[in-house]
Amino acid sequence: MKHPPCSEIEPDEPPFDPVQSEAPAASKQGVSRRKFVQSAGALGVGMAAGLPRLAAAQAAHRAAASAAKLLDVQLNVNGKTQQLNLDTRTTLLDALREYMDLTGSKKGCDHGQCGACTVMLDGRRVNSCLTLAVAAAGAEIVTVEGLAKGDDLSRVQQAFMDHDGFQCGYCTPGQICSATALIEEAGKGQLSQVSWRSGKTAHPEITDDEIRERMSGNICRCGAYPNIVAAVRTALGKGASA
Amino acid sequence: MNPFDYQRASSSEEAIRHIGARGAKFLGGGTNLIDLMKLGVEHPAMLIDITKLDLAKVEPTANGGLMIGALVRNSDLANHPQVVERYPLLSQALLSGASPQLRNMATTGGNLLQRTRCYYFNDTAFSACNKREPGSGCAAIQGFNRIHAILGQSDHGPTNGETCIATNPSDMNVALAALGATVHIQNAKGKHAMPISAFHRLPGSTPQLDTNLKPDELITAVELPAPVFQKHSWYLKVRDRQSYAFALVSVAAGLEMDGDTVKSAGLALGGVAHKPWRSLEAEQSLAGAPANRQSFEKAAGLALNGAKGYEHNAFKIQLAKQSILRALTSAARGTTAGVEA
Repeated sequence: MKHPPCSEIEPDEPPFDPVQSEAPAASKQGVSRRKFVQSAGALGVGMAAGLPRLAAAQAAHRAAASAAKLLDVQLNVNGKTQQLNLDTRTTLLDALREYMDLTGSKKGCDHGQCGACTVMLDGRRVNSCLTLAVAAAGAEIVTVEGLAKGDDLSRVQQAFMDHDGFQCGYCTPGQICSATALIEEAGKGQLSQVSWRSGKTAHPEITDDEIRERMSGNICRCGAYPNIVAAVRTALGKGASA
Repeated sequence: MNPFDYQRASSSEEAIRHIGARGAKFLGGGTNLIDLMKLGVEHPAMLIDITKLDLAKVEPTANGGLMIGALVRNSDLANHPQVVERYPLLSQALLSGASPQLRNMATTGGNLLQRTRCYYFNDTAFSACNKREPGSGCAAIQGFNRIHAILGQSDHGPTNGETCIATNPSDMNVALAALGATVHIQNAKGKHAMPISAFHRLPGSTPQLDTNLKPDELITAVELPAPVFQKHSWYLKVRDRQSYAFALVSVAAGLEMDGDTVKSAGLALGGVAHKPWRSLEAEQSLAGAPANRQSFEKAAGLALNGAKGYEHNAFKIQLAKQSILRALTSAARGTTAGVEA
């Protein structure tokens, strides 16, 4: 796939390779020039065919408006830096999956509602489907692929294995990233709406109610929630039963 | 999604210079804007990324209030010691909204500008939406309008170019309304401020405008006055599931108590109008009244004065009254008393 699935590129557009080391000519200026030539061409054809000047101008405007805008982007993912040349529309999720071969992060809803795309950006969990890759440049990104140390699973990964915290597994990378962040947030004494409801707002204990609330940004369509809660509870060091 | 140019601004002045370009929009957390771009509702020609601007501080003001930078993320604001201690209503409202991931992204300024969740606004398959396409009519008023407005709406029938029954979906805005916040704004000419009550609009004859912020203006901060409700406040959000859903009705209630008597009150509703619905009449009726069921019911009646429901949302009128009663009761019990002890 050469363009993010959400883009509206004409099928006859020449494909481009986003990995800049292999396509050094695809600079921002180069693309703008190419598009300008295309637009100017459309204008010329319009006038030659005797079309009204306005229609030709509109055609040129449309061509310019639908042209992909490319930018050089340096992404730092799991401690490695990669240089890409991306359509500005590319989300961080699509950059990871389509251009960096990091397919652990999943595309579920693509609208920030399901959490399957959750990654850590500068140490905070975010929805990578609503994050533009260009806006993530300069940040330290950690995906599910970056959690294990070699073959040693992280505490959260191991807990999900031990408690069978999944069925189909599609939401699992997002669940695991989210749970990893949850533990860090809980360690800092951060609050949730459950903390206010329970009246425990000073470094609240992470009860099962707190876990459910704090994991509410990750949807599991298989309904493996009881095991996910058990896995998070264990990863928090609280034992398997409530 | 349409193609767009992308620029990172390094100062407010630079951002404001760029926003003059045709079709330019500021990009903050992007949780609403990027979503709407994917839906084809928003199609900016240029995004000006303002997340690197120096607008992410939370600082006390000289008059005992708090100045919150426009780029402070929702999760940081909700957990800021000054907010937890002195403005618990705001912390509670913020934590009632969205998910942890989205709260890590969403900014204070962006939340102020959050657009409606009206199904017909968000789905371009429906041609009639005065907010999306001015003059095209309103598909919601005779459609599935369960989540829609019951107060302050523009109701002239489905084909009228002014009709709009959309609601403001934010939780943060409701708390800010009850707390009497001020929005600080910068443009090419300088800086100005407006009370939050004047920031968000009712649809009136121009439902395409959510706020009175001009397209070339930047929100720089939100200022809170010195706190008076910190001991007695409650944010109640009623929705179809207990977490991660928009409000059918929400209530931000703050009480300044003198023994068992209410000295002053802040009361605003979410999910019922085009803007956070602060009821000054209800607040005035509570001032000097005993903190009891009778006073709270009277305030609830006043707050819903003039409410009008539609086929699927008429239940909201009663729901809002009951929610006000519950929120005020919880506030009177105390901010940290909890409801699930």
